[in-house]
Amino acid sequence: MDTKHDVNQSEDAIGKIEAKALPRRSFLRYAGTGATLVTLTLTGIAGISGCSKDNSPNPGNEGVDLGSDDIGILNYAYALEQLEAAFYTQVIKSPFSSITDGEMALLTDIRDHEIAHREFFKTALAAKAIAGLEVDFSKIDFSSRDSVLGTAKAFEDLGVSAYNGAGSLLKTPNYLVLAGKIVSVEARHAAYLRDLVTPGSFAGDDVVNNMGLDTSRTPPQVLQIAGAYVKTKIDASHLPTS
Amino acid sequence: MNLYHIIQEIEKTDPEVYDRLDSRRAVMKNFAGFGKKLAAAAIPIAFGSMLNKAYGQGTATSVLDVLNYALTLEYLESGFYAMGNAAATTLIPTTEEKNAIKVIGDHEAEHVTFLKSAITSAGGTPVKKPVFDYTAKGTFPDVFTNYQTFLAVAQTFEDTGVRAYKGQASNLMSNSDVLTAALNIHSVEARHASQVRQMRKANNFGDVKPWITLNQSGIASTAVQPSYNGEENTNQAGVQIKNINGMKVSENAASEAFDEPLTMDQVLAIVKPFIVA
Repeated sequence: MDTKHDVNQSEDAIGKIEAKALPRRSFLRYAGTGATLVTLTLTGIAGISGCSKDNSPNPGNEGVDLGSDDIGILNYAYALEQLEAAFYTQVIKSPFSSITDGEMALLTDIRDHEIAHREFFKTALAAKAIAGLEVDFSKIDFSSRDSVLGTAKAFEDLGVSAYNGAGSLLKTPNYLVLAGKIVSVEARHAAYLRDLVTPGSFAGDDVVNNMGLDTSRTPPQVLQIAGAYVKTKIDASHLPTS
Repeated sequence: MNLYHIIQEIEKTDPEVYDRLDSRRAVMKNFAGFGKKLAAAAIPIAFGSMLNKAYGQGTATSVLDVLNYALTLEYLESGFYAMGNAAATTLIPTTEEKNAIKVIGDHEAEHVTFLKSAITSAGGTPVKKPVFDYTAKGTFPDVFTNYQTFLAVAQTFEDTGVRAYKGQASNLMSNSDVLTAALNIHSVEARHASQVRQMRKANNFGDVKPWITLNQSGIASTAVQPSYNGEENTNQAGVQIKNINGMKVSENAASEAFDEPLTMDQVLAIVKPFIVA
């Protein structure tokens, strides 16, 4: 087990060194014109910037290591579901003052869905599951409707983009189907919450592009955003990148 | 998706990869042309087509089959909203709702355009747009004159679309770019479904939530039931979600928390009444 892990790590390391060998600029020059560059940067280069970030030494052993391969991706999903479940648990525990009965009912549903997701991953991962994360909600004013709904909307859109970006990193078909079963529920949440914040924005052009495609994000992109709400250090350096 | 990595990987075994891709200039032209029309997500697909040309390998038939299947469903949806929007003055009561249906219809039309381009880029031929009968052979005779019927059909199309894409995800694993694009469409369909359900609720057309409870459609017609059968599942990968780990997760919530896939055959049976030829 240890040996296998070491092999994986050294393969990763080799991959990163090679990725550094050909300068990014030469690839961009190869790829073409200015207008194209912008789009390529979004799809093609994101993984590379993630890699170079991972290259920086990671001091200390505190926090959790998501692990590698499919287990790593499932732990990544588990981490996000922990964050969401903790958030909605607090929302229902201390609802904002102007909350309507209808909102309370649906936000309670969402809390239960996120708890179901969290517990599912915990059970499915069993001994390979990361520990419970310590969240940091100090930036959220749970008495404020705007703060709560704004955060909820951001979490749901982030969750959708995380699952969309992680799908192609999974190797096991059944895990992909499970991720698919969850992501559409997150998208249903997102559309509802977006409309609460801004009517008509259920699939706004800040999340759906002009080809009708939703947003996907790589794990490093997602964790950078989610990290603002998590105290526990998350080591994602062994996650697959393609 | 990491184009850079893919080129590098190929270069390891084939140092001439750059020459095979026609020429640097042709590659740039390809990227630029595709980029203007399709932008980010389609560029990898365009890239895939370049590789196919370079190495004489066709894209797996199953991926093309899935894309054409998806295209058929998007034709169905986009044609539906096009007719709904054309009848909006008399069909849709408020400006807010007119706008929402417009947004959804625009997305479906964009999906048609995207899928056609993706199929062509991958070396396939897009299927022709079928002739549709949105009354489903008389099951929904007032679909474009009665807002309640219109939204019931819209909800069914969106919820079915979500399940249809979900059912094909594992058939796209050989092509991560197509898979990611399909996932990015899948979640948009789910956003639409959520919105249409909220619109039905707001109009008192049905007691529905943005998510699917058990196998309930919230629609009077039993004709839509095949689109909801199976959604009552609360067992995921052998794990019972109801009251999981001692949590108070009701059966309703356990079923809502996971959307279920449909097979291609199931979906084709559902849409068959809407297809004339």
